[in-house]
Amino acid sequence: MKLVVQRIALGLLLLLAVSVLIFAGTIILPGDVAQSILGQSATPEALANLREELGLNEPAITRYFDWLFAALQGDLGVALTNGRDIAESIGQRMSNTLFLAFWAALISVPLAILLGLIAVRYKDRWPDKAISAITLASISIPEFLIGYLLMYFIAVKLGWFPSVAMIGDHMNLLQKLQAIALPVMVLTLVVLAHMMRMTRAAILNVMQSAYIETAELKGLTGFQVIARHAFPNAIAPIVNVVMLNLAYLVVGVVVIEVVFVYPGMGQYLVDHVSKRDVPVVQACGLIFAAVYIGLNMIADIVSILANPRLRHPK
Amino acid sequence: MNDQLNHMAGQVAAGKMTRREFMGKAAALGISAAVASTMFAGAAHAAGPVKGGTIRVGIQGGGSSDSLDPALAANATATQVLRLWGEPLLELDPNGGLWPRLAESFEASADARVWTFKIRSGVNFSNGQTMTADDVLATMERHSGEDTKSGALGIMRGIKDMRVDGDQFIVELDKPNADLPYLLTDYHLLIQPGGGKDDPTAAIGTGPYVLKSVEPGVRFVGEKNPDYWDDTVGHADTIELIVINDDTARVAALQSGQVHMINRVPPRTAQLVGRAPNINLRTTSGPGHYVFIMHTNTAPFDNKDLRMALKYGINRQEMVDKILFGFGSVGNDTPINSSYPLFTELEQREYDPDKAAFHLKESGFDGTVLLRTSDNSFPGAPDAAALFQQSCGSAGINIEIKREPNDGYWSEVWNKQPFCTSYWGGRPTQDSMFSTAYLSTADWNDTRFNNEQFDQLLFAARGELDEGKRTQMYADMSTILRDEGGLICPMFNQFIDATTSDVDGWIDSQNGFDLNNFYAPMTMWVAA
Amino acid sequence: MKNIPISAMIGLFFTALYFLMAIFAPLLAPYGMAEVVGGVWEPSSSKHLLGTDNIGRDLLSRMIYGGRTTIFIATAATILSFVTGSVLGFFAAVMGGWVDQVLSRFVDLIMSIPTLIFALVVLSVMPVTLPVLILVMGLLDSTRVYRLARAVAVDITVMDYVEAARLRGEKIAWIIFREILPNALSPLVAEMGLRFIFAVLFVSTLSFLGLGVQPPEADWGGIVKENKEGIVYGISAALLPAVAIATLAISVNLVADWVLNRTTSLKGGRG
Repeated sequence: MKLVVQRIALGLLLLLAVSVLIFAGTIILPGDVAQSILGQSATPEALANLREELGLNEPAITRYFDWLFAALQGDLGVALTNGRDIAESIGQRMSNTLFLAFWAALISVPLAILLGLIAVRYKDRWPDKAISAITLASISIPEFLIGYLLMYFIAVKLGWFPSVAMIGDHMNLLQKLQAIALPVMVLTLVVLAHMMRMTRAAILNVMQSAYIETAELKGLTGFQVIARHAFPNAIAPIVNVVMLNLAYLVVGVVVIEVVFVYPGMGQYLVDHVSKRDVPVVQACGLIFAAVYIGLNMIADIVSILANPRLRHPK
Repeated sequence: MNDQLNHMAGQVAAGKMTRREFMGKAAALGISAAVASTMFAGAAHAAGPVKGGTIRVGIQGGGSSDSLDPALAANATATQVLRLWGEPLLELDPNGGLWPRLAESFEASADARVWTFKIRSGVNFSNGQTMTADDVLATMERHSGEDTKSGALGIMRGIKDMRVDGDQFIVELDKPNADLPYLLTDYHLLIQPGGGKDDPTAAIGTGPYVLKSVEPGVRFVGEKNPDYWDDTVGHADTIELIVINDDTARVAALQSGQVHMINRVPPRTAQLVGRAPNINLRTTSGPGHYVFIMHTNTAPFDNKDLRMALKYGINRQEMVDKILFGFGSVGNDTPINSSYPLFTELEQREYDPDKAAFHLKESGFDGTVLLRTSDNSFPGAPDAAALFQQSCGSAGINIEIKREPNDGYWSEVWNKQPFCTSYWGGRPTQDSMFSTAYLSTADWNDTRFNNEQFDQLLFAARGELDEGKRTQMYADMSTILRDEGGLICPMFNQFIDATTSDVDGWIDSQNGFDLNNFYAPMTMWVAA
Repeated sequence: MKNIPISAMIGLFFTALYFLMAIFAPLLAPYGMAEVVGGVWEPSSSKHLLGTDNIGRDLLSRMIYGGRTTIFIATAATILSFVTGSVLGFFAAVMGGWVDQVLSRFVDLIMSIPTLIFALVVLSVMPVTLPVLILVMGLLDSTRVYRLARAVAVDITVMDYVEAARLRGEKIAWIIFREILPNALSPLVAEMGLRFIFAVLFVSTLSFLGLGVQPPEADWGGIVKENKEGIVYGISAALLPAVAIATLAISVNLVADWVLNRTTSLKGGRG
């Protein structure tokens, strides 16, 4: 318990550090929001006027602390580019991202672990090899390519699911699930191999231990040995890789969002980074950082809980 | 069989026969689906617009950071959204002339210095307020004032005074300009109540649609404005814009019927896309051009022979074939092509490695030329750069390519670095194009072109009302640019849009932007 | 050699083939990498075995040269990420306490910064050269390796044999390399195989941000992207480099599996 509190406190500190780094990063980048908004039509006067209006003439430190104090009071401000409320826009985007990540995770994580267990059980026999080859092939094809292929064959040729995965409030759950079917499929294919192979490797790593031999000698079947004795002892690397992939599902799916026109956080961040819209980049950056820090913390805690020696340190 | 077909076409025109019935009967007469489809479209077109329904548009070029403020619109989606809810005084018509919108008519003083616009009466904003000449004045003030941030500021600069007289809006210029009405077709200059000074992003205007849902970078929904004054624009009840920036995704959305029309079909696959029976490819030639620009005041490009060597070292036809896939025409190192009203054909410059090598030798330059490019400078720019590198290589000119990030290209590379790839959308008139980018004092003089004779001709042409003399002046200016300038213009691109056969009423146009100058969603209708 | 299973043989064969092709690219490629020799997307013929690409360059030559860039960068970045990531991870696990805490939180911090911003900042402050590219990729990836290595090592450090070694007064380096490393090898080897694939794909992502390979050079992922418009129309120029990546990935992992088998059997000796 003390550990959790300590980690959360450290996590908050880290978030602060992340906000400083991201702010500094966006300041280092060439160009500013005024230039980006006006783009090719930027005249010197228009630029100067817009900079003044957006408060870009203030020193960077002042701008950072202004932002920080407002953010600490729960006010994320408005986007400099289009004046829209950031909290509201992000809320919508975030819920979309989580919706997609949730369903992709719900399918891929159990499937990956199951496939991993099967691969261990039939090690070096054809199920193991088939699973390995298929998952490796799917992970090594660029994700947009898988996306295009599924889009073309399933959406255009067969017409089973829409190619534009746009979801909105007017849709019920079933319609939403139909809309995100293709991106979920692609994401599953992309993350499956990593988790599956780690499951396989981690379990194989403990299969030589004495207690496994004991379990086998007790007369347990292959699957029972793997699921009850080997798996719990191999959990630390598996859970770390699962968390990495969950983080990817939340943070790293820009390409899938672009290909399937899905209104998630990734594209939102990319658009605003390219416009140097600092408050929005800060807000998105903090959410993404919180996802990483939170998931890493969960992974560490699960690893500790799964190992009695760590649970009760001497 | 002809009689029967004529009868069927009449039925369609009268709205008594649906597309499905027509296709079925046509098939029974042994007519192929493609031919029948075309015939149906023709018949339905003759029948005139059908009101109602929803038109969905898959549109490229929008981001989640886009603003609704007309002064800040800078991409295709933002411009298309503006067209839905607002209107300018004048618009380009499909033939390159002017199409009166909120200005009913206009006239110039004899010296083209004072312009009077008669503002249309009885037009209401979507908030119920009546649109007046005062709103027009306020709008123009917002785009031209000292503290403006408008992208239209550049064209508003030559204005000395603006005033209102009853229903007339009067503009007085510093110097004569026979092209002022064309400048006012700029897409930023939508008339807003009170000029939009209080709330520029309110999206209240006089346009045919009223925005119901706004999700920047994702989706916009407009519903028909019941009070709209012009019956020839705005046929569907609802227009839904879906921002699809990925080329393949946009085409797939069209092919699977999720949208009725898309802009910017990638030229490489356009033929393959257009082959599908229910899809019509729509190409529009225009003034847009893909270019390589050199700063004429920066070494080594300040050397005229080196510039000439590079101009002879580019294979224009190969670029049109491999970058535009034939959807375009070769350029001639001037920004002007036949889409301009006072165009004169100049002798075409061809790829000539020998001449290129000759000029290279004359220039005395023997180093490597650094060419900067990025994917967003124009579609296929890195490929075009690679082709340029190859064709120059045969003439002994060494080009090194540097791919810059898309991010920040327009602010950090274009108009800053001495040699890069770029894109110009073109302007409605020569005067406007030359003043924007080739006048020595222009902000966007992205070739750092400084030629006294050119500048003098430009000013003289503005006040020249004799069309023949003016045409000759523009031809002379193009020649100067072509021989002296820093512009290498290998190709003019066509706009390639596509529509499904579920919508009808496409108008072939020869200017403006893609999707029929972004009027296609409003001038087309859902086929019966 | 007799003991090598057939799958590992296949893996070794293809891996060696690709590496040799990369090394001897200039001798093998029938045309220059940037040379425009034909029309766009010509089908395979006796002149162009794999056809031509999106502006008429010979696809086979391009893939041979592309493989060079891809394999070199990916290998270097993977090795870098593994050495830094696993050594630091083991070190953190063995030391525990504040060393562990500082290192782990620092890794959290690095992971938290969006890659896009990270890459753009690097790009704006450093020259774009191959070593920079490899460094950026290797260090970004090493955070992931660190997490895994530390998680595995933490479980091992509490084992009796590690405790025994500590009581014997062994040095940290001895514990890391003699006790932890052999017992943590299988998950790490499996991870290495996958990290290699991620690196192959990551190169093309970074190239498109302007960080990395400059045209007309290309890596395999980049060739896929250049030709992506043709994918749904059955143009093989987009699919062939993807197939090359997939076969390379599978071969490398077949070899990794074999190594993994060897390491597990070394320990228990039960085969």
